[in-house]
Amino acid sequence: MAIFVNEHTRVVVQGLTGRQGQFYGLRNRAYGTKVVAGTNPKKAGTFVEGIPIFATVAEAVRETGANAAFVIVPAAAAVASILEAAESGVPFIVCVTEHIPTHDQARVYNRLKRDFPHVRLLGPNCAGILAPGKCNIGFTPTEVAMPGPVGIVSRSGTLAYQALYELTQIGIGQSTCVGIGGDPVPGTSFIDVLAAFEADPETEAIVMIGEIGGSAEEEAAEFIKDHVTKPVIAYIAGMEAPPGKRMGHAGAIISRGKGTAKGKTEALKAAGVRVAMNPTEIGSLVKQALGR
Amino acid sequence: MDLMEYQGKQYFARFGIPISAGGIADSVEEAVAQAERIGYPVVVKAQVTTGGRGKAGGIKLANTADEVRFHAANILGMDIRGHIVRRLWIERASQIAKSSTRFDENGQPKAEEFYASFTLDRSAKKYLGMLSVEGGVEIESVPDALIAKIHIDPIDGLSEDDCRAWIAAANLPEAAREGALSVLMALYRCYTEGDCELAEINPLVLTADGRILALDAKVTLDDAARERHPEWSEFEVAAVAAGDSREALAKERGLQYVGLDGTVGIIANGAGLAMATVDIVKQVGGAPANFLDIGGGASAEVMVNALSVINADPNVRSIFINIFGGITRCDEIARGIIEAINRITLNAPIVARIDGTNAAEGRAILQAHESEKLIMLPDMLSAAKKAVELAGK
Repeated sequence: MAIFVNEHTRVVVQGLTGRQGQFYGLRNRAYGTKVVAGTNPKKAGTFVEGIPIFATVAEAVRETGANAAFVIVPAAAAVASILEAAESGVPFIVCVTEHIPTHDQARVYNRLKRDFPHVRLLGPNCAGILAPGKCNIGFTPTEVAMPGPVGIVSRSGTLAYQALYELTQIGIGQSTCVGIGGDPVPGTSFIDVLAAFEADPETEAIVMIGEIGGSAEEEAAEFIKDHVTKPVIAYIAGMEAPPGKRMGHAGAIISRGKGTAKGKTEALKAAGVRVAMNPTEIGSLVKQALGR
Repeated sequence: MDLMEYQGKQYFARFGIPISAGGIADSVEEAVAQAERIGYPVVVKAQVTTGGRGKAGGIKLANTADEVRFHAANILGMDIRGHIVRRLWIERASQIAKSSTRFDENGQPKAEEFYASFTLDRSAKKYLGMLSVEGGVEIESVPDALIAKIHIDPIDGLSEDDCRAWIAAANLPEAAREGALSVLMALYRCYTEGDCELAEINPLVLTADGRILALDAKVTLDDAARERHPEWSEFEVAAVAAGDSREALAKERGLQYVGLDGTVGIIANGAGLAMATVDIVKQVGGAPANFLDIGGGASAEVMVNALSVINADPNVRSIFINIFGGITRCDEIARGIIEAINRITLNAPIVARIDGTNAAEGRAILQAHESEKLIMLPDMLSAAKKAVELAGK
């Protein structure tokens, strides 16, 4: 079993007619993901490599039974796209769009919580979700993944890919790799994903990759202490990041002394989590934890 | 983008937050001219985007032109926590009211200096307003019991009634309450409509004649909202002039770059991997010169840009290129590196670690060009060690 998606997930791509949307949408389909529709009001009735384009998400859902949305549109259009998917009854929305203003993120997060409490938003500014062998929505390279017992959750895309690769290299597969994104107001938190992995019978160990900024890792540590029985292996990037500087991701910033990698590492260690010194070490720590 | 005080005040003024009369000065003579125009006494204030200006001697009261001249000459060029002062804000000095209820350890009445701010509580995913009667000091040093906090749902916004209750909870003196209400409502509009990540007034003061004034401004603008704020362009010009020239060059080339003060130049793809690369260089005893994320599609062009930014940093003694090929294939990245080397003369040797999709093909391409100037290693740790070793030579 994978979390949030599976081989039956049917994806509507909002932005499929754009350059990026077409590249990744088709790439996801080539992997075997059921990419069933795209949307673009100006191109309704046309097709992208055989995938029908609809004017609205609501139509796409009605005509194709889509139950997941992949939002890959420019930042100025992203919030409207997310809300359109939610209003159309899509329960799972992946938004890879970067540079959505923070206030817009905060508004869309609270709007979903209030009006669409059953909708799960992954991202924004995330790499997407990959359930090896079953479904891939987003950017995650499938070449470095294989099915197996390890769940991965990461704010960073490349570090998640690195973790997939390290594990695959030593013959350990993955149940699902979830990118929650590098922005300040992620729709899905570490805790949401940890809870799902804990409940997933196929997942035997969890890799959690965090970075500086905010307190999501500290909150995850508290949650792990009380609610996670499976072994957790963590890595936190940004140990040497100077305070007050944004390190590539909008959310990766130490402000007023809060959100340091040191603080996060200590909180995780105190919760019994094995913390890797560098991304390469993740593989061997998982191997140990699984007793292989 | 962090604004300097005078920019923050200009931004506040757009939303109707009262500030003192003042003007900017980049030289001693300009400072005197501003003071003469405004009228004495004035405060001469260093304009840098860091705290601790007062303690560093960057804020001085002046009663005469000579005093302005003396303080301006001292403050211009001053180094405050690594920020060189190139601009002053000359402002009309304010008479601050004395408290009738709060006293210092000597029994003297405290000045009516408050603290007010709005920011995002990332944990609650709501806006957080903080208000305290103990302003004029760093908010971190104020006991929690003296800070009134309010969480605001971004959908509902801040109502006047909630704002009144918040002011009452903070125990602001009666004489300040109506004025504070209008300033806080305006500050909230500035924070939300103005797309701030932080909008802070410290101190917010009650003057002897009963007015409420923002005596300082700390504003961080959300870079992601840049497109809907054409009025920010003037701030950007000043920020580039005042900032790290390496960062300005990188920004011009569309790269995510943060200048550090070491000798190992770093190029990686992805923010997380770039941070991890900085960390590992430090772990093995080196000093990173920068953080640089070239992002997803690393074309030859991007690699040339990245290497030219690193090459412009005179402190760099070795360059560590750390790439994990995902969808971007390692062979493409290797071609980019070779093309970059052919197009620019590098001052430092490259240590490259490329891994992931098509790593073998990528390595083969680099191998054909391997030399003292281009060394390839298979994993992050050994590559970091090699880069640090070369930087130490």
